[in-house]
Amino acid sequence: MIALLASILAITLRAGTSLIYATIGEIYTERSGILNLGLEGMMLMGAVSAFATVYYTGSLLLALLVAMLTGVVLSSIHAFLSITMRANQVVSGLSITLFGTGFASFLGQRLGPESNGHYLIGLIGNKFTPVKIPFLSNLPVLGALFNQDILTYIVYLIIPAAWFFMYKTRAGLNLRAVGESPQTADAMGINVSKVRYIYTILGGTLVALGGAHLSLSYAPGWTDNITGGRGWIVIALVIFSMWNPSRAIWGALLFGGINAIQFRLQATGTTISAPLLNMLPYIVTIVVLVLMTWIETMNKKVGAPEALAVPYMRGEK
Amino acid sequence: MKNDQNEKYPIVEMIGITKQFPGVLANDTVDLELFSGEVLALLGENGAGKSTLMNILAGLYRADKGKILIKGEEAEINSPKDAMKYGIGMVHQNFKLVPTMSVAENVVLGLDSENFVLDLQKVSSRIKEISNHYNLKVDPGSIIWQMSVGEQQRVEILKLIYRGAEVLILDEPTAVLTPQESGELNRIVKQMTGEGKSAIFITHKMDEVMEFSDWVRVLQKGKLVSVVRTQDTSPKELSRMMVGRDVLFRVEKKKANPGEVVLELENVKAMNDKGLEALKGISFSLRRGEILGIAGVAGNGQRELTEVITGLHKVTEGRVIIGGKDMTNKSPLEVIKSGVSHIPSDRVAMGIVGDMSVANNLAMKEYRKAPLTQHGILNPGRILEMAKKMISSFMISTPAPYTSVKFLSGGNIQKTILAREIGACSTLLVAAYPARGLDVGATESVRKEMIAERDGGKGVLLVSEDLEELMSVSDRIAVMNEGRIMGIVDSAEADIESLGLMMAGVPMEKGK
Amino acid sequence: MRLVFEKRNSVSKKAIVLVPVVSFLVSLILTGILLIIFKTNPFITYSSMFVGAFGSWINFTETLVKAIPLMLTGIGVGLAFRLRFWNIGAEGQLVFGGVAATWVALFWSNFLPPFLVLPTAILMGIIAGALWAGIPAFLKVYLKVDETLVSLMLNYVAILTAQGLYYGAWIDPKGMGFPGTKLFPKSAWLPRFSGRAHVGLFIAILLGLVMWVVLNRTKWGFEVKMSGHNPRAARVMGVDIGKTIITAILVSGAFSGMAGAFEVTAISHRLQQGLAIGYGYTAIIVAWMAQLNPIASLFVAVLMAGLLVGGDQVQMMMGLPAAMGIVLQGMILFPMLAGSLFTDYRLKIITKSTKEEAA
Repeated sequence: MIALLASILAITLRAGTSLIYATIGEIYTERSGILNLGLEGMMLMGAVSAFATVYYTGSLLLALLVAMLTGVVLSSIHAFLSITMRANQVVSGLSITLFGTGFASFLGQRLGPESNGHYLIGLIGNKFTPVKIPFLSNLPVLGALFNQDILTYIVYLIIPAAWFFMYKTRAGLNLRAVGESPQTADAMGINVSKVRYIYTILGGTLVALGGAHLSLSYAPGWTDNITGGRGWIVIALVIFSMWNPSRAIWGALLFGGINAIQFRLQATGTTISAPLLNMLPYIVTIVVLVLMTWIETMNKKVGAPEALAVPYMRGEK
Repeated sequence: MKNDQNEKYPIVEMIGITKQFPGVLANDTVDLELFSGEVLALLGENGAGKSTLMNILAGLYRADKGKILIKGEEAEINSPKDAMKYGIGMVHQNFKLVPTMSVAENVVLGLDSENFVLDLQKVSSRIKEISNHYNLKVDPGSIIWQMSVGEQQRVEILKLIYRGAEVLILDEPTAVLTPQESGELNRIVKQMTGEGKSAIFITHKMDEVMEFSDWVRVLQKGKLVSVVRTQDTSPKELSRMMVGRDVLFRVEKKKANPGEVVLELENVKAMNDKGLEALKGISFSLRRGEILGIAGVAGNGQRELTEVITGLHKVTEGRVIIGGKDMTNKSPLEVIKSGVSHIPSDRVAMGIVGDMSVANNLAMKEYRKAPLTQHGILNPGRILEMAKKMISSFMISTPAPYTSVKFLSGGNIQKTILAREIGACSTLLVAAYPARGLDVGATESVRKEMIAERDGGKGVLLVSEDLEELMSVSDRIAVMNEGRIMGIVDSAEADIESLGLMMAGVPMEKGK
Repeated sequence: MRLVFEKRNSVSKKAIVLVPVVSFLVSLILTGILLIIFKTNPFITYSSMFVGAFGSWINFTETLVKAIPLMLTGIGVGLAFRLRFWNIGAEGQLVFGGVAATWVALFWSNFLPPFLVLPTAILMGIIAGALWAGIPAFLKVYLKVDETLVSLMLNYVAILTAQGLYYGAWIDPKGMGFPGTKLFPKSAWLPRFSGRAHVGLFIAILLGLVMWVVLNRTKWGFEVKMSGHNPRAARVMGVDIGKTIITAILVSGAFSGMAGAFEVTAISHRLQQGLAIGYGYTAIIVAWMAQLNPIASLFVAVLMAGLLVGGDQVQMMMGLPAAMGIVLQGMILFPMLAGSLFTDYRLKIITKSTKEEAA
């Protein structure tokens, strides 16, 4: 029993890591008032660029940097379209996803070595491996927490850091103000566009890192659609965590846990309907969204940044 | 003016301020002088240029001409931050607060002087100090949206004091307050001026001016028309200065010939959007062939009044009877079908669909009925035909009937609305500020149409702030103040001073 | 010097037509640059994509096969977007429509007279799509819940429901574990007229024309326009906004549901993997590029389908990734989104001297 729990926890964490990176990234983006539906595309681009880099250079660090750079480029496009050009954020995000999905697939068939027909698929590269932390990794069940790869350990640090930055620093205060009430932020001398650019790009960087974790650790290598819809799951997770980085962990564990349980069930040959289990998080998300909105109409505020997906222009009502 | 004030010196001087907006000269060489330790009231009607002038001082707008001296030295104010450097802070009508954040967070928002890692504890104790000193009763930990409007206003003031404001600009501060809260605000401002700070009040309420201020400057249509010491004037005199004595023109009209009652309100009560009582028991009746004017300073329940009649706003108590039928809380469509037309106060936001053509906008009342629609199918030919007729008879100046209406001038937009609403009207016309912001020619045609409707046997409810307009166009005038009707007078017997007193909240003397 | 956007005095008619065309050209150029980086000749690639999609009647029928669902979903999404209702759930509505049609085809065909099986299946698909879209619509109108996120989440619920069925309850017992239902009876097959191209094409074209008439020539269409452009004014004019939104979104979902029903009854003849391949998302590009005009959507749908088929063709002929088509699709929207600002605004360069003049 303990072994089972430990293995479920281990898989949950492994599956959850990329989700947490992307969720925290998107929370930061949405907190500034920008909705980025381009996550799926950015994660895929992060994954493919990271894997290609590690295949040719062997450097995991360089691979992470290249993935981050990819995230910067794609989210800059979204930032430019939705902040400067005041384009529709839903459509802009979707085109990032479309472009990213297509281009990642394209690169996966172009970046590989000639011996493999230019394909990246089926190649093996360097990858992140679990690093046991002495003593802690021997704990029953919880030991799984301390037998993870470095990217997961970084997550342990990122969650509290992201929370602290958002709620305890001046920059975090400015960020929240811009997403809630850009008019007020503007009147208080905060540069709304600048803040939105910064966090849309920062968010995109984290999202691409989440993608990189998939191709460098969770499922090392490259396959088309390696994300399996994780980019969309993250949109749900952001709602689920009510735009608070410290709660990102719970949603990620829920989704990761469902993955893990399924994994176990498949192994034991149980025929419980997997799709039903998979569906649960989405339904829960809708329920959370409805409840949140309902509570908001009763006594005002709990959830989404007030100015989410609303372009800001000074002097316009 | 300042010679008898030895120890007081001018802290703010604005000289020759001019500000042009597209189509409007908002400020025309306006001068202003504020002494330390004093309260200046800036009085004027809507659109007189008070807010513009103060937004210039607070760094939100830049003046086209003129200069600002702070403590005698010329100041360059390009942003609210610059203004704050000179100790000038403004409390806007729409508070600049983030609703989901605490008082302490709002107070330090955007302040570069704070540490990167915020020490909210320290901020809170400083807030408590200020709060105790001025008896503001503000808890630094409270979340803004949970606070009353009065409390939020005190947070705004506190925020400015925290940032070292010496000059407080308050834009219609009592508009949203209860009488008790207004009294409290008065006390706070008195205490601050007692300590050498000063304040500017933007207002159009006479009683407030008398109670709060040391000096009054009256603006009219962007120009400074008078400067008086508060102790040397009276509400009567102020209301005359504010409205202006010169009658622009009298509209020719025959004597009214009132018929049956077409609109009757019985003790109608309603809440505003913030959940405060906006109508506190309104009763009146209006007959066919009669224009009833509704006078009063904007924000005293006029919007809610027009909206409960047109079905756009919920009535909490009382009855609205139109043409003998109980129309209380009926849908806007049912009210429209009973022959009621509505010229809304915010014409661009509520009166037109800017991205649709002039012709379509002209059809937006009649499109439901034959001949424009048959069996749910529109007849564009008929719509165009009707539109062309309306465009020529109302002299709407538009490049073509299919031009998007948003490209027309304000006057032509209003004519479009007028043409449509008058065309569809059969019992009652509710017109809110129909001539606001229009030029002389457009104003005259709007007024003539109101009278033509009356003579055509319809009831007209005319909401306006322009007393001249009300006295010349309407047959009777009801004055509203804080959701109540202070009195109804025959416009033939009305004079600006008594109307002004009622607008300020003094009920009409019985038997006068 | 600095750039500012200045509101135009009139909507630029030229920009309305030019922006999509220029956007398409820009996307060809940008993608061409990418191709050159990867040592591929863009001209050869594009011409073989074009030949692949439109070069022969057989190829063109494949383009039409993909264009039909894009036309229907594009029109549906366009209607929702007119009301500023950001329905991004066309994918789920399509899948749910397919599921409902499958249900009729598999389980009702024994009870229904044969000539009624197909119409009933398609009708159920339409109803299912409408109801699936109705969920976010009701939540939006009555509880003010954000429709973007709800409709997005519901895509997954629908896709997973379909999966659950063709992997589980409805799996073909003789399919040797292959995920998919058994083949529909012939009575539930939508006739094809050439290759795999089916009569759904004519229905889609007809509906595109009907929708244009409905939007421009009916009372309801008039109210949709009013509510979309200025809901506050529409309410003052007596329009019931909530009712307009709900009816329009039900219709929007019905279009996608029909697309799903066509896919299972005309193409796959069973419910299986490959129903949810992104038509519902591409529909958003179709609607946007067509500027929400239903007739324009028909043509844009053919273009987008051509990119998909052309992508498949260059894979077969040149060994280039099929994803080319999707890359181009995604690329089109960037200049398009940036460009749409120019229909309402013009770019003005402010130099120091013009600033002084203004002051």
